[in-house]
Amino acid sequence: MSDSSQALATHELRHHFEDMEQQRDASSMGMWVFLITEIMFFGGMFMAYLLYRYEYFVAWQEGSQHMNFWIGTINTAVLICSSLTMVLAVLAIQQGRRRLTSVMLAATVCFAIAFMVLKGMEYHEHWLAHEFPGSAFHFAGIDTRHVEMFFVLYFVMTGFHALHVLIGIGLVSSMLYMNERGHFSADYHNPIENVGLYWHFVDLVWIYLYPLLYLIGHHHVG
Amino acid sequence: MEKIISAKVYFTVWAALMCLTVTTAAVSYVDLGQFSIVVALLIASIKGSLVVLFFMHVKYLNVKTTLLVILAGFFWLAILLLMTMTDYITRAWS
Repeated sequence: MSDSSQALATHELRHHFEDMEQQRDASSMGMWVFLITEIMFFGGMFMAYLLYRYEYFVAWQEGSQHMNFWIGTINTAVLICSSLTMVLAVLAIQQGRRRLTSVMLAATVCFAIAFMVLKGMEYHEHWLAHEFPGSAFHFAGIDTRHVEMFFVLYFVMTGFHALHVLIGIGLVSSMLYMNERGHFSADYHNPIENVGLYWHFVDLVWIYLYPLLYLIGHHHVG
Repeated sequence: MEKIISAKVYFTVWAALMCLTVTTAAVSYVDLGQFSIVVALLIASIKGSLVVLFFMHVKYLNVKTTLLVILAGFFWLAILLLMTMTDYITRAWS
């Protein structure tokens, strides 16, 4: 370790930690504790989805056929790409390459915005098709009430996921800003790592939402 | 010391995730009956594991206590999903 990075490391080390390694491990464990609460938050909605799918199997098949398969699939790919750029941003700052870190963080934000735009187009489509639950809900088919319930869960689950994407855009952007201000280095980058963990978690939720919402009824139309 | 994983690993994981996404999308065109959701969730779980192990660095954890925290979280999720479903599925049996 060079003298300057040693000085920086000492400066970034909070007094209640022994060394940088302990600080990093503690911060990542803290982030995981938060992510566990997020798993339970989304877990409740997955539980509701699972139970109602079991009870109203036909309605769930019907509802799933009205998903936009292509937007769902492209959005899955977009989020996977954003996860790659996020992890490359973490790698870049571990190696002390600030410029590359900024580029990768910016790329992550771009992918996230692309996801939101596609999601917005999809919501708009459902809105025009009277598939938004409520008094204007209209569905030509059997078991309309429970298809509406499928759409309630669709909007709640993807809505909360989209909210997490929006928060992610804010977090990654602030990392980009702080990195440009020279806050991070090869020795100190816990915030970028933790935002990375958060972002991969958002990707993880979508990895399960995609088959459950878009794929379970798809073969009937394909 | 913090483990630095080469970019090659990340690109390989990314390629695997993209391939699995194409696979699961293609399989959805085939009518597998009851098994279509099983296959879809199996592929999703492989993808999820790749993300957690490599992108979220769980494979390279320094501290085993963090692993305990993570496993405890997924264990509670399993309790939520499995025990509730066990209840509802067996209610009609009486």
